[in-house]
Amino acid sequence: MTAPLVSVRDLGVAYAGGREARARQALHGVDLDIAAGERLAVIGESGSGKSTLALAIAGLLPGTAGVAGSIQWFGNREGQRSPPSVLPDISPSRGEISQSPASKPLISPLEGEMSGRTEGGEERPSKDTRTARPGRDIGFVFQDPAASLDPVLSVGEQVAEVARAHFGLDWTHAYARAADLLGRVRLPDPRGALRAFPHQLSGGQKQRVAIAAAIAARPKLLIADEATSALDAIVQAEIVALLRRLTEEDGMTLLFVSHDIALAAGLADRIAVFRGGGMVELGSVAQVIEAPRHAYTRALLDAHIGLDAVPLVATGQAR
Amino acid sequence: MSAALFFRMPEAVVGAVILAALALMALAAPFVFPGDPLAIAGPPLTPPFRDWALPLGTDRLGRDVLAELFHGARTSLAVGLAAAAASLAVGAVVGTLAGFAGGLIDEALMRVTDAFQTVPGFLLALAFVSVVGPSLGVVVAAIALSAWTGPARVARAEVLSIRERDYVAGARVIGMHPLEIAFREVLPNALPPVLALSSVIVAAAILTEAALSFLGLGDPNRVTWGGMIAEGRAVLRSAPFLSIVPGIALVLTVLGVYLAGEGAVESSAVRRSLS
Amino acid sequence: MSGPLLSVAGLSKRFDRAGGTVMAVDGVSFAMEPGETLALAGPSGSGKSTVARLVTRLVEPDAGAVSFEGQDWLALRGAALRARRARLQMVFQDPLAAFNPRATVARVLDDPLRIHGIVARSERPRRIAALLERVGLEASLAGRAIHEISGGQRQRVAIARAIATKPSLIVLDEAVSALDVSVRAKIVELLLDLQREEKIAYLFIGHDLGLMRVAAHRLIILDGGRIAEQGDALAVIDAPQSAIGKALVAAAPRFFRTDREAS
Repeated sequence: MTAPLVSVRDLGVAYAGGREARARQALHGVDLDIAAGERLAVIGESGSGKSTLALAIAGLLPGTAGVAGSIQWFGNREGQRSPPSVLPDISPSRGEISQSPASKPLISPLEGEMSGRTEGGEERPSKDTRTARPGRDIGFVFQDPAASLDPVLSVGEQVAEVARAHFGLDWTHAYARAADLLGRVRLPDPRGALRAFPHQLSGGQKQRVAIAAAIAARPKLLIADEATSALDAIVQAEIVALLRRLTEEDGMTLLFVSHDIALAAGLADRIAVFRGGGMVELGSVAQVIEAPRHAYTRALLDAHIGLDAVPLVATGQAR
Repeated sequence: MSAALFFRMPEAVVGAVILAALALMALAAPFVFPGDPLAIAGPPLTPPFRDWALPLGTDRLGRDVLAELFHGARTSLAVGLAAAAASLAVGAVVGTLAGFAGGLIDEALMRVTDAFQTVPGFLLALAFVSVVGPSLGVVVAAIALSAWTGPARVARAEVLSIRERDYVAGARVIGMHPLEIAFREVLPNALPPVLALSSVIVAAAILTEAALSFLGLGDPNRVTWGGMIAEGRAVLRSAPFLSIVPGIALVLTVLGVYLAGEGAVESSAVRRSLS
Repeated sequence: MSGPLLSVAGLSKRFDRAGGTVMAVDGVSFAMEPGETLALAGPSGSGKSTVARLVTRLVEPDAGAVSFEGQDWLALRGAALRARRARLQMVFQDPLAAFNPRATVARVLDDPLRIHGIVARSERPRRIAALLERVGLEASLAGRAIHEISGGQRQRVAIARAIATKPSLIVLDEAVSALDVSVRAKIVELLLDLQREEKIAYLFIGHDLGLMRVAAHRLIILDGGRIAEQGDALAVIDAPQSAIGKALVAAAPRFFRTDREAS
């Protein structure tokens, strides 16, 4: 297998006791490799530790949490660059963008050097190649779109801010990039959306904005922590499709945390099942769905009520 | 409120110690200094630390300063706590009614609150005591007269948010009477931020009472620190300790109340968890 | 009692938002028979939660008529309404938010018993224990605080509270949506059990079509405040006629979708 992007070894996370909760061990003994470019789903119920794993990899655990084991980030190896986030008319596969470390693409959509639909900017060299830089190397999408967006800033400002912070763009370029991103996440009227405020958008639209902000710095890893759980079925399917498209286009790695194994099965390459702070199963989607090794996985699969299940009530007439 | 957390904060502990000392003084006063503190105990204007029977000396009339200090603590503490309790109670009830009922009742109550809030608290207290006459109960009422508005607003704000919660809807669905919902379901949950105001109100009440006594509008039958400071004014140059000692007591008390109050709020603050 | 248990005609509710008025519910009409489960599905903003709140009179409609157990439900006020509420109960989505944060299980169950005088005061503890056992909980749970028990247990307590007054209709507003999948099935089993024994009708608001298909008798699909489709739950989901019905069915997560739609 190709070298992993993230290597988790014997990870344990313990939350400190506080006013509200007792101290508890949220994760123990987790060994996991995330391959570059793969889509990995982490499935579990409440208390399984799946969100804790996501937060740990992203470096978002509270300061009081005790972490044992290691999380190694291999995204900044020499010669490896994050693939430029491009739209179909210019693509790395057609050799139109050089991947050699020597060249520094400084392409601005405003200067018309490309067809106005690529993203570019000065790379800020990282001093420490072993730690992932939040926002730059890892993007994070939270469950509640209303809580992850600042209610007093416009949508455009929030997305542009990410580009500015990581690429040193000035506001004009940053806003142009933000408009591009809002278009990529299929927001209707991206230019108009720049000025909109979060409360004016629907839940699904807010989540699209959150995704745009998460990928604005072209991270190598995108983590979606129950990103669709607060949305209705139709919007959920759209967001899942959006995530699939974005990760395919950019070659981004996706870590998709969810409680819905059926939803994950339609998106992921591999599935990891968590329970009570430990990983109980890890395998390809086909293997986990059709031939689960662990009884818990089997129970989860059985609990899913598909549209072909046997009815529990006699329909047609009540009673 | 978590006692463990409270005692881990140095400021809170200092505040608690001061308050405990104050409470001890107040409770012990009639035992340690039986008899009338306003009775003559020795030669007038005895400086402190000269005579160990009169550790803090005597005032212009020869009254024992330490005895007056202890008895004054009773007054200050009693007034502070009573005024705070009264203003919190009135404020919480008014705020809950306004927030829960909404509409005209809310408007009417809030305009009344505005009226009381725009008049400077001390002047209101001054006017009230001047008209009704100085006694401990009147002083307490005078202070509460303006202090209730803060708790009322905070309570109303909390209630407006709690009103929308599922458990209030749940109480309605099971057929609970609106007044019962307001006072059994909503008010107890609206109290924490209201109670956070209590330390400020107690401190302000003690100071107001001292100021009223200083101006001669306090209860004349009781020893009060404010009265002691006023007494000491006439001999400020020759016997400054007469005003300074009760002044220090006042400062320490207010500090103690404030620190302990902050500690109580900090240790009971419920943090929203990350999960 | 003849005629439907619940009859809703032309129910409408509008909300004023910045930038105009929104018809959250627009002329919705439906009926429910005793002991049946009517499911209400639809995308966000379709008005299903608002319908739930209108039926339980947590919110008053702008137009429409509701008849419950043969009586004009909307005409009731004050004490008369509070008394009749015993017959129409509700279970909320978030089992933690549905209870006073300071409540104990005993108090939660005591409230409806006390308010409606179901049993004498001395009998209440015994009735509380019976209710707890009825929903599959240990009677000893009565002394625990609400926040100390698990989500599944909390929802059982919510159901116990709802059945305490022997209602004929319970509105389940996304009542199992916030529960773990493994817990969900047991709660649904409990609900169907209670329905069979006590002949309780359920107005089930939710978004899990698979669940509705197996547990509901009839289904209404709402879209933009209006009824897009209604009928036998199995029939509607297996062969939806409306555009929104088809979209909802297509969007339901299933294993191995053969059609990975272009985004």
